[in-house]
Amino acid sequence: MGGEREITLRVNGRELSGVAEPRMTLADFLRDVLGLTGTHLGCEHGVCGACTILLDGRSVRSCLMFAVQAEGHELVTVEGLEGPDGTLSPAQEAFSANHALQCGFCTPGFLMAVTEYLAEGAPDVDDEEALRARLSGNICRCTGYQNIVKAVRAAAADVRGGAA
Amino acid sequence: MSSTGPVGQATHPYAPVRDPDEPEVVPPRHVGRPLRRTEDQRLITGRARHVGDLRVPGMVHAAILRSTFPHAELTRIDTSGALAMDGVLAVVTAAELEGKMGPFLEAARTEISTLLKEKVRPTLKSCPMPVLAQGRVFWIGQPVAAVVARDRYVAEDALERIEVEYEPLPVVAGPEAALEPDAPVLHPELGDNVQTTFTVSVGDPDGVFASAPRMLRARLSMGRIAANAMETRGVLAAYDAGRGELTVWDANARPHLVRTFVSEMLGMPADAIRVIGPDMGGSFGTGMFPEDVLIPFLARELGVPVKWLEDRRENLANTRHARDQLHDVEAAFDDEGRVLAIRDRFLVDAGAYNAYAITVSYNSAAHLRNQFGIDHYRVESLSVLTNKAPVTPVRGAGRPEVTFVMDRLVGLIAAELGLDPIEVRRRNLIRPEQMPYAMGMPYRDGVDIVYDRADFPDQLEKALELFGAEAFRREQEEARARDRRIGLGVSSYVEGSGYGPHEGAVVRIDTTGHVTVHTGARPHGQGLETTLAQICADQLGVRPEDVTVRGGDTATIAHGIGTFASRSAVTAGSAVGIAAQRLRRKVLAVAGEVLETDPADLELVEGRVAARGTPERSVALAEVAHAAQPGPRAKLPEGMEPGLEVTHYYVPPTVTFASGTHVVGVEVDEETGFVKLLRYVTVDECGQMLNPMIVEGQIHGGVAHGVGNALFEEVAYDAEGQLLTGTYMDYLMPTAAEVPPIAVGHQVFPSELNPFGIKGCGEGGAVSPPAAIANAIVDALAPLPVRIDRVPLSPERLLRLIVEAKASAGAA
Repeated sequence: MGGEREITLRVNGRELSGVAEPRMTLADFLRDVLGLTGTHLGCEHGVCGACTILLDGRSVRSCLMFAVQAEGHELVTVEGLEGPDGTLSPAQEAFSANHALQCGFCTPGFLMAVTEYLAEGAPDVDDEEALRARLSGNICRCTGYQNIVKAVRAAAADVRGGAA
Repeated sequence: MSSTGPVGQATHPYAPVRDPDEPEVVPPRHVGRPLRRTEDQRLITGRARHVGDLRVPGMVHAAILRSTFPHAELTRIDTSGALAMDGVLAVVTAAELEGKMGPFLEAARTEISTLLKEKVRPTLKSCPMPVLAQGRVFWIGQPVAAVVARDRYVAEDALERIEVEYEPLPVVAGPEAALEPDAPVLHPELGDNVQTTFTVSVGDPDGVFASAPRMLRARLSMGRIAANAMETRGVLAAYDAGRGELTVWDANARPHLVRTFVSEMLGMPADAIRVIGPDMGGSFGTGMFPEDVLIPFLARELGVPVKWLEDRRENLANTRHARDQLHDVEAAFDDEGRVLAIRDRFLVDAGAYNAYAITVSYNSAAHLRNQFGIDHYRVESLSVLTNKAPVTPVRGAGRPEVTFVMDRLVGLIAAELGLDPIEVRRRNLIRPEQMPYAMGMPYRDGVDIVYDRADFPDQLEKALELFGAEAFRREQEEARARDRRIGLGVSSYVEGSGYGPHEGAVVRIDTTGHVTVHTGARPHGQGLETTLAQICADQLGVRPEDVTVRGGDTATIAHGIGTFASRSAVTAGSAVGIAAQRLRRKVLAVAGEVLETDPADLELVEGRVAARGTPERSVALAEVAHAAQPGPRAKLPEGMEPGLEVTHYYVPPTVTFASGTHVVGVEVDEETGFVKLLRYVTVDECGQMLNPMIVEGQIHGGVAHGVGNALFEEVAYDAEGQLLTGTYMDYLMPTAAEVPPIAVGHQVFPSELNPFGIKGCGEGGAVSPPAAIANAIVDALAPLPVRIDRVPLSPERLLRLIVEAKASAGAA
């Protein structure tokens, strides 16, 4: 195939570069070139949401983007959620405290989607249907979503409490 | 066969007699607490290591060419174009494996108990599956060839350059077609398409049917689902040519069995193979696969590490399907709705190969009668081969199918008698004073089934109360007045959990005082690192945070079975607990030497051994471990082996029976056939809960699995055997929007069969939802006589049933 290019982007606050063919997905670039394997691949056709990352603050499916499209952008992956001192983010803390993960394979994608939702101020967090619809872009096979819903509410309360 | 009914004694007949020489069980202290999971930290920070995350220097990548025909002769395979590509190291087909690899082993060899074979005498035809297709293909997705290349992108390019000519053969598209006299026979050496059969008879079903006041017949079926762990399968293998040793990292729930397969099929000593189970993103059953051996083979042949990761398309086509049963069932009953006898004949559409033989179908036979005291029963099962992907056990493993059958029968009997189905259910439940109750037939392990102590009637009432059934009935009346159709459905189940034959644990204390547990059970999401640490902490006398649990590495424990069949809490849990008790006794003996005190006067609490009454006379576990080190200065009682380490393999007497009752509320849109789940309640009984937070999580997840099974998930093939559900756009996984809020209540009847009272809880949640949801839909639409005899029930299918019911009601 050939035509490799150097790609430079900011990931989790650090400028990183790597070489990839134009056809390489962003997910494979993060995992195989940059070694950031926290981003998982569950379906590689944009449905399951396991590969969700934040690109310029918005959630994207990294399996549906090419690495070259991310050139110059600002990315956050699950590896970037902890504070510099290892403090868990509100979403991370709430997922563990509320048993919102079992095998944990889908969890990085959920955490990124929930991080975006919290940054928006967690709208309609008390509306069961609205919250569940909001979370329906990610598939989990283990938890039945019960404790994910609970964790998101706990994280939203934590964020609001912290802001007050 | 043994007789059916109460066994006539309060104690379970298989409860082991306590050995007076064994240490006492320490009452639970950490067990039973909703302890936060130790495995979470790495999983929420991106530090987990799944097979796909591992890299070995020099590693190359495999991709697999799969059949695009459901049944065809392979008339020509030309790999030269692929081999000529830059970056391609190897292309292999069946021809390249010839003489270098033994036939793929059948799981049935170890799965089906000898005792069961003696008692039930099933027909079991051996039919080993080739690792790569030999001359013919039998299903869409069957492995045909493998490419090894510099990277996965190149490997997939090369797949497209392999030329395969298929000569299509007539397709066997379903189990009934497979039984037609002129049906093509998939594997001519078997004679026909029936691969296994068995019949079990309890009491005198024919006699009871001949004299029963009433009977009804039904044809009930459940569609095919796919397991869908979120992590697809993956294997990485590295060969050390100098030592002749293989290391295999495998996302398989049975690492020791992978070692056996690799050892026997590649002709290597078992101890030259180390199979490691890294973090694993779910399993839900599924079993053994050709790639588990093919990838190690390629690594050995090529002398470079080879990694293969399955993609979701391969997974949906191939990684294993389940359910797909068709039951023709009859119930004999009286005017009060008491079920007197059941006769069932069912077909399992097993796909093209059926390595698990009667594992699932026998589970079905053993669980059909559910919580009901039905003393006359005959079940006949046929597993039939078709041009579909092979089936295996998947979460529930034969139980959701028959729970759907039994609980639909309850609904049909109630409808015939004009009774409330819940009342019919009540009248048939085995009562607590009848426990332990013998079911008159052997379990899958060959041991005659005796239900553990339980209180099914109380479970039903608790579930109805937790759901708020009375208030819901009022709501339903009001909704009807406004043309809203809401309904309530109930289903219950029993589950034989903790299948043997054994599981083991090595418990070791190092000279820092830290405890490490190695077990053959293989964590893949259940929280075993936490729950087994809770058991160990209690029985040894340390804090849970002082215990590290590692599972699924063949180098750390000689024997292992793996994690499936709701077995790890029961079997590995008991192994860990017993090993920890014995280790505590050894610690106290060594500490007695150190403190020059009688060990009987010592106790081990939170990692320190102290004399009772004089806590200042104490010694830390680390010092005890130092004293127990081998060498001339070891302070050991006469004749005691050095080292603070105990290995125990726990052999359960048979399975232990867990149970549950589910209640669901639904709303049905008569115009669209769309079903909305309003709320879901379960009351489950799984003995002593190790960690109630984890138990509830298992149940939540099981319910979601069952919701998919009831309404959304179906592997569909067309009449020509073409797979229609190859992506998540066609195969619908339930999301947070479809799964309702779930409330979980508990009953606790500690098992008498193991020292810690444990029963399994991994599958139960998935067993009842299809039946409960189907019953609730019927209830919502009543008095419209909608007959639900198959799940999954898509809106399209339900709408058709509603239209048909309206037409027949109008005609009547």
